[in-house]
Amino acid sequence: MSDEDPILRSLARHGGDPHALVQILREVQSELGWLSRATQQAVATGLGLPITRVESVVRFYSFFYEQPRGAYRMLVSDNVTDRMAGSQALFAKLCAAFDVKPGELSRDGLVSVALTSCTGMCDQGPGLLVNNIAMPRLGEIPLDELVARVRAREPLAQWPVSWFAVADNIRKAGPLLGPRPEPGRALAAAIARGRQGMMDEMRASRLRGRGGAGFVTFVKWEGARNAPGPERYIVCNADEGEPGTFKDRVLLSSFADRVFEGMAIAGFAVGATRGFLYLRGEYEHLKAPLEAELARMRAGRRLGVSIGGEPGFDFDIAIHLGAGAYICGEESALIESLEGKPGRPRIRPPFPVTSGYLGKPTVVDNVETLCQATEIALHGGAAFAARGTKASTGFKILSISGDCARPGLYEYPFGVRIDEILEACGAVDVAAVQIGGPSGVLATPDEFRRRIAFEDVPTAGAFMVFGAQRDLFEIVRNFAHFFAHESCGFCTPCRVGTALQRDILDKIAEGRGSRYDVNELMRLHELMRRTSHCGLGQTATNAVDDAWRKFRPAFEKRWQAHDFAPAIDLDAALAPARRATGRNDAGAHLTEEA
Amino acid sequence: MEATFTLDGQEVPFRPGQTILEAAKAAGVYIPHLCHNPEFKPHGSCKLCTIVVNGRNGSACTMQASAGQDVDSETPELQTMRRTILQMLFVEGNHFCPGCEKSGNCQLQALAYDFEMTTPHFAETFPDLGVDASHPDAWIDFNRCIQCELCVRASRDFDHKDVFALGGRGLGVKLIVNSPTGKLGDSAFAVTDKAAHVCPVGAILIKRVGFAQPIGMRQYDLAPISAEADVCEIPEAPHG
Repeated sequence: MSDEDPILRSLARHGGDPHALVQILREVQSELGWLSRATQQAVATGLGLPITRVESVVRFYSFFYEQPRGAYRMLVSDNVTDRMAGSQALFAKLCAAFDVKPGELSRDGLVSVALTSCTGMCDQGPGLLVNNIAMPRLGEIPLDELVARVRAREPLAQWPVSWFAVADNIRKAGPLLGPRPEPGRALAAAIARGRQGMMDEMRASRLRGRGGAGFVTFVKWEGARNAPGPERYIVCNADEGEPGTFKDRVLLSSFADRVFEGMAIAGFAVGATRGFLYLRGEYEHLKAPLEAELARMRAGRRLGVSIGGEPGFDFDIAIHLGAGAYICGEESALIESLEGKPGRPRIRPPFPVTSGYLGKPTVVDNVETLCQATEIALHGGAAFAARGTKASTGFKILSISGDCARPGLYEYPFGVRIDEILEACGAVDVAAVQIGGPSGVLATPDEFRRRIAFEDVPTAGAFMVFGAQRDLFEIVRNFAHFFAHESCGFCTPCRVGTALQRDILDKIAEGRGSRYDVNELMRLHELMRRTSHCGLGQTATNAVDDAWRKFRPAFEKRWQAHDFAPAIDLDAALAPARRATGRNDAGAHLTEEA
Repeated sequence: MEATFTLDGQEVPFRPGQTILEAAKAAGVYIPHLCHNPEFKPHGSCKLCTIVVNGRNGSACTMQASAGQDVDSETPELQTMRRTILQMLFVEGNHFCPGCEKSGNCQLQALAYDFEMTTPHFAETFPDLGVDASHPDAWIDFNRCIQCELCVRASRDFDHKDVFALGGRGLGVKLIVNSPTGKLGDSAFAVTDKAAHVCPVGAILIKRVGFAQPIGMRQYDLAPISAEADVCEIPEAPHG
């Protein structure tokens, strides 16, 4: 079979380890373009797995294809900020230029064009992925030239480098984004403090996780350190999928030494020897530079055996690429994905700190959290805790996008007011800010004196600004489509509820909604919030709930009937009966009651 | 003294390691469930057994019982939520009881009766998921699958054949079959497998026994599903 070569090579590269299934499928697909049933069978046979194990992974991740998708696979980012930057018109133009329907393969088998969830280019959108490589500012790329290069089958490596240039856009720097310490200093400081000393500083810092949930980092580290067994793992969660968040991308592209040193410090304090960086598939362009940084660190004895000359401090890091699944940002789903499985959140307890990767104690921390650990190693926990608020110590990086003059990264101490941020980024005439992504808080001007902090408005960093000209109904409808697309499907309330929410909002958008439909949405909100298996389902209705309470006219202006309109078009439903009876007179139609 | 928790005001004893659902069942109290089957590892996906423990929501099938827990189960609001979850399962698939061989033995149908679910409430999705009748002794109607993974667990953990898995994401999740063609007839599945007999609904059916047991005489025609716990061993009432 001609397919076999890349498969055998990839299997050999990973030593035939079934836990590497996601990586193997990525590598095989990058050579073959798609994953036929024969390919899947060959991978399954090579790993000694049932084909259903391979098939369930292929069907779970958005970036795996069971059908040919062409030599050029284009995915246009569909976050609301991309739409605000004109992505929908550009998507239509791309489809027209290649004469291809959305999601389908062109007749010549060369190109496919589809939509994808937020690619993390919100400050420089619209974002595009070509064969999983990121291109920002699609609006500035001459489409005729892009089309010509594709038609000429020119490899991506020969396309203008500027098309792939991703900007950092650091607008306000604090301790992390400002002048950096010399590589290795934080690690040396941690070693000087000793394992227990570093742990004590972590406790004193009262650092809380920067990925959204805000769990106390020291408690995680201590839990993993004290868990029985010889093996422990440190996992850096770089699956930055929350629409509107892009700060981890900048940390990974320009501060990778800090990220990896933070992981090594965690390994030192917790007693772990292996680390994984789980990099979202949308950031594949960062993989090679990150590997280069790892090589530099190994050469500088900042990774490997007896790090910094400290006997027994052995630690190394492997990069694992995701394949397009927002849910893998949830820590137990991420671990499932690391183990080569579909990213379905596990039943907790047990928590990863006692039973994580391969059932071993595992610390999963966000990119920014691990960077903060380098700050704590350098300057101590007390200095760290002196900034921010009592319950939310230290600084927080915000990813600001949408209707403002200066989108990009802003690093503030916790406790900063929303209106201070809006002034800094040059946002005027603001109708609302979505803070913390679609699952977060939709804040309106009367709330702009609230503060960014775990005790007030928590956020993993997303801060999307919506001007007065924006239609908040369409924005939350975009979020609802996102959640329905990203629900893993494990539990009933989220699997069905996210789809029902999407369909009800679509019905309202079509002008067939009424107060009844909003009541339905609110009932779904209550049900999903309380019964869903994980945070995705528990928060998937927050935005609609917020928008209904704060932007009621945006819904009401779409209503035709006040009380109720059916989900189906009753007159259209009679069409088969009309055809069967050969009638088309007035009596064979339903008309609106006067 | 035996450790107990409180379930809807009633003291329920438990053994260490028991889940709330198991302890309740042993005490003769039924907590509705679909994806749980006492012979298999708890799964926690259907969410029918959602309870409130000390003010927090959780699944009775996966939460460990512990002393002094204050558990709400049969409250009007939880019962309403359970009915809504049943309605979600109904509209997600194609569940037309009058034409289904499983009628009367179907747990989804039995629960719908128990919860007085008179309509599916939501707009039907009417998926077209097809049928696999390739196996000589059994067939699958994918339109009726509720994704409880009982057949997956039975085939993997009991039969050691790994015949089934779920593939896909969100509403697109579908039962898939481990064989070169993806067809049941080409798989290692046998009618004697545990996996052939655990489906709580009419998705996996045995051929040539249809209507052998007349409708009206079937398990849930004779007694409601909530009576299930009544036939279990009831431990001695705790003496304070």
